[in-house]
Amino acid sequence: MNKPYSNFNATLAIAKASFRSILRSPSAVIFTLLFPLIFILVFGFIGGGGITVDVGVAKGSDLNNPIYKALQSSGVIHLVTNESAEQMNKDLAKGHLDAILNITKNITSWPVYAPVQGKSQLPPFTVNVQYTSASQEKGKILNSLVSGILFKMNSAMAKNTPPALAELKETTVTVRAYKTIDFILPGQLGFSLLSTGVFGTAFVFLSLRQTLVIKRFFATPVKRYSIVVGEALARITFALIGASFILLIGRFAFGFTLIHGFVTFINMLILSFIGVVVFMGFGFTVSGIAKNESTVPPIANLVTLPQFLLSGTFFSITVFPTWLQPICKILPLTFLNDAMRQVAFEGANLWDVSHQLFYLLLWGVGIYAVAVKAFKWE
Amino acid sequence: MAKQPIITVNNLVKNYGDFNAVKDISFEVYEGEIFGLLGPNGAGKTTTLEIIETLRDKTSGTIIVDGFDIEKDAASIKKRIGVQLQAAGYYPNLNLSELIELFSGLYGVNKTPMEMLEKVALTDKAKAKYKELSGGQKQRFSIATTLINDPRIIFLDEPTTGLDPQARRNLWDLIKEIRDSGTTVVITTHYMDEAEILCDRVAFVDGGRIIDIDTPDNFIDKLVATGFERKKEVKLANLEDVFINLTGKEWREG
Repeated sequence: MNKPYSNFNATLAIAKASFRSILRSPSAVIFTLLFPLIFILVFGFIGGGGITVDVGVAKGSDLNNPIYKALQSSGVIHLVTNESAEQMNKDLAKGHLDAILNITKNITSWPVYAPVQGKSQLPPFTVNVQYTSASQEKGKILNSLVSGILFKMNSAMAKNTPPALAELKETTVTVRAYKTIDFILPGQLGFSLLSTGVFGTAFVFLSLRQTLVIKRFFATPVKRYSIVVGEALARITFALIGASFILLIGRFAFGFTLIHGFVTFINMLILSFIGVVVFMGFGFTVSGIAKNESTVPPIANLVTLPQFLLSGTFFSITVFPTWLQPICKILPLTFLNDAMRQVAFEGANLWDVSHQLFYLLLWGVGIYAVAVKAFKWE
Repeated sequence: MAKQPIITVNNLVKNYGDFNAVKDISFEVYEGEIFGLLGPNGAGKTTTLEIIETLRDKTSGTIIVDGFDIEKDAASIKKRIGVQLQAAGYYPNLNLSELIELFSGLYGVNKTPMEMLEKVALTDKAKAKYKELSGGQKQRFSIATTLINDPRIIFLDEPTTGLDPQARRNLWDLIKEIRDSGTTVVITTHYMDEAEILCDRVAFVDGGRIIDIDTPDNFIDKLVATGFERKKEVKLANLEDVFINLTGKEWREG
């Protein structure tokens, strides 16, 4: 009868109840899973699975070489071969083409023996690429692709030469196609975490307060922090399950890049955890400010909508006018999206994105300071 | 049986700014009785109840509940009481079993949902949501949640408001059963017939003060002794008796 009261068990009881309730609430499932997946689906199809770079191939360019073939098979490059030089230059200026490529063969016969050391020797092929300032992003993609192919081939050739000549330095340069999904998915994941954190938390605490559920809780021996921690636990669990779904569906259905596989997946979940905890701070604040259920959406949208649009969810923030960009760059979702893209695609570890995490946590500290003031129990 | 006070309220005052909601109230509730707080809306009944339930701070005065001072031992009091709030909701999207499970966790006790629902005859509604219940069922479920921690005292704030006569009578039987099993019951109501049938003692509260405390019988006798007479001759039955006679005692699940 007189066993000591366990706050831990009470917290778990609330977490369990809250989790069950979330799973049965249509809006939570729609915002966390369905919306992001629909956006991913739509952009997955629009992008045809990837960004394409339109590259004009100059007349007279050598087409029977391994570089050209590798580019052709990369899937990212759309090669245009049937245009005159004049037309090509026009298209480049207009932005119809992202670059012009010219590959020329330098020597007719392959050197059977390695060239004599010290004697300058032209490489078998020269690759000239003309970029345009109009599409720098795509230029970069082409650049990384071409240098990757060249590096591989140069290394492969070096392997065939006697070891006395050149010491082979093994560096892996992986050329990855930066697909639309690689940009869209982290943005959608961030958006999912933002809506779960803000809307979910704001609605649940407001409704528990208004329907006197919290008051009834206060008539039991449960501690206040157990109520908050229990609720938070349930929401975080739900958000992370949602994030796992999005990541796995992205990975297996749309070829989303998780560069180091499972490690990257775990790092993405850790980022998601930090993100949703910070965003819940906004939710607590909104629940305190809102007078009733109908004032929650406008206030919550005030928090989520600008970030949805300005934080690089759908397109890079470089498309915004320069006066707007500084604002975009300091939004919490921008830091999260940034960190997630670097981790997923570029293979950064969590320490590499500590700059983004620092500012994200700074937002967290700030918003929780406000939340503590704004939050209402009754 | 000697009357042992289980709740002692002394000089309780509650002010909301300039408004004095409770003005110097003192009373005792005895162990094992059904004690009624009667009075018009805004008399301070709910405020008084919520202060005793440790849900609201008092301005001044002392309150002892089952030997514990409300100021020093709120946590011990919470473990010993069961509280039914006026118009309180329950956690959304959960069924009755899951709600009982939640409250068991909150109170730190091991109760199966079925044994609690059995006490209020709601086992067939175990998988139903709270909002799907009828008014009477909702009140019975609320009472089930107050009994989870085997409390010494339960507080019921207007439990029969809005119920049909059958549901009301059904609830009276339940409340009497709870009293007979040894739990003290503190109840507020606007229905005097209910207080007359249910309560062992009642306190009349108005304007934040207690006007008088006694048994319903004594109150009526005192009034009659002053020469008071009802204008209409008292018949052996009233209209509610007719209602019950015509529509049956049977509990409706509507």
